[in-house]
Amino acid sequence: MVLAVAGMAFLVLPLAGLLVRAPWSTMPERLAEPQVLEALRLSLVTATIATAVCLVLGVPLAWLLARVPFPGRRLVRALVTIPLVLPPVVGGVALLLVLGRRGLVGQWLESTFGFSLPFTTAGVVVAEAFVAMPFLVISVEGALRAADLRYEEAAATLGASRWIVFRRVTMPLIAPGIVAGAVLCWARALGEFGATITFAGNFPGRTQTMPLAVYLALETEPDAAIVLSLLLLVVSVAILAGLRDRWVTSA
Amino acid sequence: MGDERVSEHEPDPGHGEPQLRAHLVVERPRFRLDIELTAAAGQVIALLGPNGAGKTTALRALAGLTPLSEGHITLDGRPLHSLPVERRPIGVVFQDYLLFPHLSALDNVAFGPRCRGASKHDARRTASAWLERVDLEEHAAAKPRQLSGGQAQRVALARALAVEPRLLLLDEPLAALDAHTRLEIRSRLRRHLGDFDGATILVTHDPLDAMVLADHLVVIENGGVVQQGAPAEVARRPRTDYVARLVGLNLYRGVADEQQVTVGDVVFSVTERIHGPVFIAFPPSAVALFRTRPDGTPRNLWQARIEGIERHGDNVRVHLEGPIAVAADITPAAVADLDLTAGQEVWAAVKATETHAYPA
Repeated sequence: MVLAVAGMAFLVLPLAGLLVRAPWSTMPERLAEPQVLEALRLSLVTATIATAVCLVLGVPLAWLLARVPFPGRRLVRALVTIPLVLPPVVGGVALLLVLGRRGLVGQWLESTFGFSLPFTTAGVVVAEAFVAMPFLVISVEGALRAADLRYEEAAATLGASRWIVFRRVTMPLIAPGIVAGAVLCWARALGEFGATITFAGNFPGRTQTMPLAVYLALETEPDAAIVLSLLLLVVSVAILAGLRDRWVTSA
Repeated sequence: MGDERVSEHEPDPGHGEPQLRAHLVVERPRFRLDIELTAAAGQVIALLGPNGAGKTTALRALAGLTPLSEGHITLDGRPLHSLPVERRPIGVVFQDYLLFPHLSALDNVAFGPRCRGASKHDARRTASAWLERVDLEEHAAAKPRQLSGGQAQRVALARALAVEPRLLLLDEPLAALDAHTRLEIRSRLRRHLGDFDGATILVTHDPLDAMVLADHLVVIENGGVVQQGAPAEVARRPRTDYVARLVGLNLYRGVADEQQVTVGDVVFSVTERIHGPVFIAFPPSAVALFRTRPDGTPRNLWQARIEGIERHGDNVRVHLEGPIAVAADITPAAVADLDLTAGQEVWAAVKATETHAYPA
């Protein structure tokens, strides 16, 4: 009991501290500062695009892992989940080595399309998607495994092709899993720090997302850091509360 | 609707030519299904058998959900086995119906027509006509979880028939229903099967469902056909212990010589004149029990020991061991009169007119 209370305090107290120390009097002005709004906008946009990228690439990948037996499937699944346990900074370094100007793929990208990812907004999206995609893949794969295959058989006997089965039966059946995965993915992308700062740098308006702004502000202007942190906290809680009733509990 | 359907298809391939002809072979580790099936248009074939006999495997093979190891399926003169599931002109009602939980009853039924090329509007119109035929038009908007078992079964049947299949496959269509609903749905199903002009294959382990719904029974045990024929014929002349138990008969193999059949140490006199290996069958109610040896003919009479006694409907079923294992149904009053208990020695007798002997 005591340990449980201690555990709860450990999780809740820091958040309470944030609220207590917040400079409430100057809050409106601080929130209206262009730099804050810029960072918030950038964070929301990049996290959303990263989630979309993860959905487009992650759902088919999850389907492959859940439904198509192929040699080395277990190895692929292990590889896919590596970003989950990898320190994000290492992920950022790895991305730089591959997609950087002198990287394996980056070099080719630059010479062929004159296009380079690092230190751009697109780079932020890449870094966030890299770190967040495993959350989506794991969640969707789990939903696919739990879904009753016989519904898909029933659809086939009614004349549905593989694609129709996937679109009209499988997808709706696993929708709660996809939504839960997308929410986790989006939250992870929103809070992403290490890979982003390593791969995309810290340029206000272009690559400086909220977490980077918080870190930077902490050194120069602690009050601003608190405001930004609170903002992130509010956004997270709002998303959690908004989706919990509709999806997470019914899933 | 039926008239349209006939004219769409090729002329009738000739009287007597079955609409469905199948030789199904499915190899599994430690199991082999190998059966031949034929069905005429409008005919209902019941696949009857114990659990694990291969009934459902046979149905899945017909649907294309389980690949054939060998064999062939011909429907309306065309090969079916080379087509993928979604191209086969079939309708399937699954044991637990498998209605899509995210779609309304109407959209479940419209799913098939839509997949087979109907416009959204036409598919819904077809679906609502089918819901009307199963008397569920007022439940069109209901999601499957809001339907009762019997209603879900009817939606599943409408969904399978809405694609106008040439072959209808029913997997234990009544198994998930309670006794009361079952009675009602069984008679409804019988009516719909009567209206259906394609062939129907029905899988069941319930002899009553098979007898009521089917024109022809195919009994499967251990992956092979052990007996087939008209329901009455199968019920009267069972050829395996499983069938005999299903239809409630005592069944033995013996050797006949004129009007006398020898089963082990027991000699039965029968009314039929036959020779050679035979089956002999009689109902448990034909067996009479005595504490002491009754007078008269020694035929149809043997000494047995009571193995167990149990209630059976209004009567009492006595299981006898001895030269042959027999079930005897007697009245509770007779049990009291004779003061029967397990382990006791009794004499058992069967009337010749109640036995039935036929070639094995």
